Parts: sequence; C-alpha cells; structure tokens
Amino acid sequence: MSEPNVLLATQGVAKSYGPVIALRSVDMTVRSGEIHALLGANGAGKSTLVKILAGVQSADAGVVAVDGRAVHFRTPADAIDAGIATVFQDPALIPDLSVAQNLRLSRIDMAHFREWLAWFDLAQLDLGAMVRELPLETLRIVDLARAVARNPHVLLLDELTAALTADQAERVFALLREWKGQGKAAVLITHRLAEVMHICDQATILRDGRNVAELATAEVTEHQLVEAMLGASIAPTGNAEHSRAERRFGEVALEVRSLSARHFVHDVSFAVRAGEILGLVALEGQGQDRLFDLLSGNRQPTAGEILVGGQPRHFSSPYDAVRQGVVLVPGDRLIALLPNQSVQHNLATPLFGKLTSWWRIPRDERPRVNRAVEQLSIDTRAASQVRRLSGGNQQKVVLGRWLVSGFRTLLCFDPTRGIDIQTKREIYSLLRELAAQGAAIVLYTSELAEIGLVCDRVLIMHGGRIVDEQDAARATESSLLTAAHGLEAPA
Amino acid sequence: MSGETRIVTGRAYRAGKAQTWLAQNPLIALVIVFIALFLVTGAVQPNFLSVNGVRNTLLQAAPLGILAAAQTVLMLTGGIDLSVTMIATGAAYVAANQSPNGAGVAILAGVLVGLLIGSINGVGVAVFRVNPLIMTLAMSGILLGLFTAWTQTVLAGSTQVAPFIKLLGGGAWMGSVPYSVLVWGGVALVVIWLLRRSGWGRLIYAIGDNEIAVRLAGVRVWQVRLSAYMLSGVLAAIAGILLGGRTGAVDLQLAGAFLLPSVAAAVIGGTSIFGGVGGYTGTILGALILSVLNSLLTFLNVGQAIQQMVYGAIVLALAWGYASLTRRS
Repeated sequence: MSEPNVLLATQGVAKSYGPVIALRSVDMTVRSGEIHALLGANGAGKSTLVKILAGVQSADAGVVAVDGRAVHFRTPADAIDAGIATVFQDPALIPDLSVAQNLRLSRIDMAHFREWLAWFDLAQLDLGAMVRELPLETLRIVDLARAVARNPHVLLLDELTAALTADQAERVFALLREWKGQGKAAVLITHRLAEVMHICDQATILRDGRNVAELATAEVTEHQLVEAMLGASIAPTGNAEHSRAERRFGEVALEVRSLSARHFVHDVSFAVRAGEILGLVALEGQGQDRLFDLLSGNRQPTAGEILVGGQPRHFSSPYDAVRQGVVLVPGDRLIALLPNQSVQHNLATPLFGKLTSWWRIPRDERPRVNRAVEQLSIDTRAASQVRRLSGGNQQKVVLGRWLVSGFRTLLCFDPTRGIDIQTKREIYSLLRELAAQGAAIVLYTSELAEIGLVCDRVLIMHGGRIVDEQDAARATESSLLTAAHGLEAPA
Repeated sequence: MSGETRIVTGRAYRAGKAQTWLAQNPLIALVIVFIALFLVTGAVQPNFLSVNGVRNTLLQAAPLGILAAAQTVLMLTGGIDLSVTMIATGAAYVAANQSPNGAGVAILAGVLVGLLIGSINGVGVAVFRVNPLIMTLAMSGILLGLFTAWTQTVLAGSTQVAPFIKLLGGGAWMGSVPYSVLVWGGVALVVIWLLRRSGWGRLIYAIGDNEIAVRLAGVRVWQVRLSAYMLSGVLAAIAGILLGGRTGAVDLQLAGAFLLPSVAAAVIGGTSIFGGVGGYTGTILGALILSVLNSLLTFLNVGQAIQQMVYGAIVLALAWGYASLTRRS
C-alpha cells in the first residue's frame, strides 16, 4: 500500500450477513489512471464490496485505504468526502422530488453538473421534472453526472451500462478515458465482457468472496476472464441446433389477434405453440413492456383479442391469465418477490390463488417446492429471507414459482438481465427443457445472442408493431438489429 | 473525512452470544420482560403474586388480546383498524339490546354487527383502495355518531347484558379459570392456526410484504384484504361482548381505552406496521405485558398523569428494544 500511485486499496476485507458469508477476504488495488473492472459471477461478492467502498455498510474485518491511508467509512458521506463517488445499480434519486431538488439534497456544484449533462446531450433536460417521470436511462445519466460533478478521485460504477443505449454507453466510455487521462481512476462492475475488454485496463475477479485473480485485460481473452470467474473451463453451450431439430410443436397454446394498446402496441398478431420458444427482440421502449402487460392480464388491450387453446379469453387481472395457464416472469424481479419471506413461501405463493385453496396448505407443497429448488439448483444458504439471496438466485425463485404451480404458457421478460453467466446458462437450459416438456414460451430478451441459443423463432418489434419474423437459427445479431431499428434487410 | 484515519481492526462489532440468541428468539426476550414486570409488580403489591393476581392479569388481558389479534392480522397485511374499539362497543350495545331475546341471539347479533362493519371497512380498503388509516378512522367517527343517535331510538331498549354473557365476560370456570380467558385461548388457537397453517395466512403475510408479487402470482388481492377486515370486525365484536359481560352494562365508552393498547400490543410483540413480519404469539405476550404494566401503575398509586406518561414511555422503550434486538439478526 506504499506505492505512490495507489488511489484505493483493500486488504483482507470480509463481511457476513448472519450465517451468510458475502466476502471472505478481498485484496484489491486501484491505481491512478486506471479503469478497473470488478468481475465475478452473481453471489461472488461484488455488490457487497461496492457497498463497503461506498460507505453504505462497514466491513467486519480488513482495511480500506484511500491514498495509502486506512479509512473507516461510517456513512456514504464519509466515502464521498474521501473522494469516492458511487453510481449504484438502482438510481439513488428520490422519485417524488424533481431532479433539481434531488441535486440540492446532495450539495453539488450545479454548473459542474450541467457541464456533464451536456456531455451526454442532455443539456436541455428539464431539471424541474419529477424523477419518477423520467426514463431509467436518463436517471442513470443524471446519477452519473452527479457523481462526476463531485469531482472524486475514484468513480464506482455498478452495472451502469445495463440500462443505457449503445450510443450513451460509448459516451460513458469516452468520459472514462478522459477521466483516467487526468490521473483519476474508476471501478466498473459489469456483466458485459466486451465492455471490459474495450475500456478496462485491469480486472479483479471475485469468486466466493475472495479475489482469485487480477489480470491486465490487454493480455487475456474474454474466454479467460470467464474461466477465472467460473473457476473451471466452461462447458460447451450444448448443441442448440440438435435439440431444436428434434422438437415437434403441439397445438397453438396462446394466440393474439390485432392486439392494441393506445400509443404503445399496434395491431400485434402472433401465435405460439406448445413446445415452442418464441423470441421477441426490440430496442428499448418499443412497446414490448406493454405487450407483456396485456398478455399477462396486468393491463387490458384497447382492441384485439387473446386466445388460449383457440378460445377467446378476457384477462381482467393476472388472476384470469394464471387460471388459463399464462404466467409471467417480469422484467424487474423485485416486483415478483416477497423479500421478507422464505424461499419456500415465495415459491408456493401461486398455489393459493383460488379461494378454495385458502384453507389447508396442501400436503404436497413441500415436495413440489423441493423439486423446484432442485431443478433450479437454488442456493438455499440464505433461504429464510429471499432478500438475502443473490440476484441470480432471486431470479430463479421468480421462475420457480411457476414450476411449483404448473403452467402452459410462460412469458419471460428479459429473465437474464444483470445475472451471471453460470445462472444464465442454467436458465437457458431450463427454458429448453420446459419447452421439450410441452410448454409454450414467449421470451423477450435484450441480449441478441440469446435468440440463437434458446429460441425457435423470433419476432421483432418496432414502434409498437411486429415488423419482422425470422428463423432463430438463421438470425444473426446484425439481421436482428437491422430489423429492430425498423429497417428492411439489405437485398 | 480528511482528518479521519481510523484503522479498522478485526470485527468492528461482535455481538455477545446471549444477545445473538435472543435476537433469533425474540419471543424469549418478551417472556423475560413479562416475568420481570410480574415480579416487580409482586414486589410492590405482594397480593399480586397469587392465583388471584394471575387471574386478574389474564382477565384484563383477554379483551385486549382479542382486539390486538384483529390488529395483528391487519398490520401483517400492511393495514390497520382504528375502528376496532367502536366496533366492539357497537357489538356490545347490540348484544345488550338483544339480550331480552336470549344470550344466543344477543351474541349472534353482536358478531353480525362486527362482520358487517368489518365488511364495509374491507370494501373501502380492498375495492375502493381507501387508505386503511383514513377508512377506519372515518368509520370510527361515523359509528360513534350512529350509536350516539341510536341509543335514543332503535337501540333504546336494554343496556344490561344477558346473564350468560355476564358469565362469559366476568365469570370463571370452576371458580378459577375465567371464561373470557378460555374464549381468548380459542381465538388464539384459531388465529395462530390461520396465520401459520392455512393458505390464507400465507397470503396475509405475502400481501404485506409485496402486494404486486402476490397479484402477479394469480391471487385476487382484494379478496384477501376484504376477508382480513371481516375477520377483524368479528374479533372486535367478540372482544366487545366479553367487555360488556365483564361490566354487566354497556355504554359508549366501553372499549374506547383499548384502541392504542391494541396497536401497541402487536408492535411490542414484533409485528411490523409495514406488514409482512410478525405473528400472533408475540402479540399475546405484548397484551400480557401491557396488562401487568397497567396493574403495576395502579398499585404504584401515582397520579393519573404520571401513570399515562410512564405507560407511554415503557411502550416506546419496549417497541424500540424489540426492533433494535431483531434488526441485527
């Protein structure tokens, strides 16, 4: 820690939550003029380390040093005063206040803040606008601009680019390059390895609460990073082609005809058969959220109809959809979890939908739950409260609710967003397995690579309409992106 | 920060073993508080440490415990019922009025009053999505007005309860176990069974934790809420009938003093007012603690003003103590 250009260092940092050990011992060194990636599978301890460095939580053991001096952050304000500014995964802004009011709370230099907004082409942003009314990507930029305006030595960015467009992400990278040119540093937490290779200099890899490697990104391949995270060579993805060829589709499970929702969804028609995985691709904000709301009974269409097993059905609430076997895994897993209840109680919730099930808890509840836990290999070390699980495990619980209750059509909205590679693979193979057992699946994904891996057929949505349909096996990232931008494929 | 350079050595915080154990078994802590209060009260008034003392404590705690059961169920859903005491009073009034027709009719009429008012509360909160505080506070006001008017007109008859209700509220089985405590025991068994062993109980906790997740799971949340307020109304009516039986005659101030203690008993017992966390076992201990505390303050023979202040301060200390004990686990 005596190196002169070390801005931030940790030594032996450890943290436990009750019986769950989140960090065993982490040594990390961030030098000036460096963009440092912090990588690891979900549950490896990245978020905990960020919270400790940001002063949100205090370590049980170990030393955090800034500029070579050991520090002890008791509050986030301590960390900011020490020159560490953090952009958290969820925007740290109060929804019911305007942007300007939020900024006033955090005592930052407005002129400076505006300069950084301009960097992102948001100079015209109405600072009087309520935070709750702004889209997520704008809030993340506001949050970033606020952090940068504090002029810290070290920026901590937790999954910042996940909600940003490619164009905005590029600007973030440009900012980071300028940042390190000034001799400052940034720590980037991300699941996108292309970003790591593109922008980061060093990468510290966490596994099971320890730092297992520090690599210079110029000297390794993405493949090696993944190996370091998983701790073993990666098994091949499995032959998607092969299993797809064997699949035979059954009856039409879910069909929509001319479905519309004012301003959002226009004249959407498609059908998905039992055993089929139908992909849906769209840029952010093309009506895909609303389409899923309509399919799951969360909102009602203004025109068009939904047919289940050939019969027109009216879904006035998710209750109706679930009774017809149409179930939803929503994009934000937190809205589908009971944070203070156990894994078992979370998984079993759909069993009690009908009035007749309110009385006795069915005898087969536990075996059903256990089967789902096993099938999903949910880590049950922190099973007494779901909020203590890692993001990947929480996502498995959300999926597992439907394995316990049974379903015919599964609507999955970006089920792998923000979760680690290992869990992603598990979810892919689970979806294929479910389809092989006769489930119909509609999968919206923001990761184009998933289409070829998981889906049979893919619809592309743009401006609230289905603009194209492609065979998933032949679709390429470029063919999908072209269509998603509303462009015709080149002849 | 600049001047601050504290080195973090080892564990910053190491909880004592006993404290950790208590944090995982907070009900034990409540039992200890109860026993300690009981012994202190005994020290102040030696007669209290007797079968009679125990019986009086239980007799006092029974109506409170039943009202607090209503409060616990609703608080678990993230709701509350500020009209429980008016429902209790109204039910007792109707029961007294119907007493000339026999105790069975009287009790049934009283319970139906509770069910009806609970249903109205439930429809307001669950269907029309009125904030539970507002809905039940307004209901309480409306009921006070209605019953004040009706005591001159439709309810102008008997204010004496039937002998059987008197026995139920104030009498004791074989001269030692008060019937009201037996009723409380029955209520407790049913409520605990419902919360722990029924699908309905799961949903009560679940909607208090995250209503949207429950809705997405294919549950009609309004039905769960409505049923919870209906149960609350019935429980409040039972408590009111017992209170009417204890005093023998009813008036509009019958249950008024129990409103805040019914919430306090649940909070002391570890039920979160934000929902999703807690249970009735803790509430039972909360009700017992508050009843002993009441006796203690009476025996201390200090002024009414001091009594109120000490009562408030101890409730605050207990709730805070419970919260800070369990937060770390």
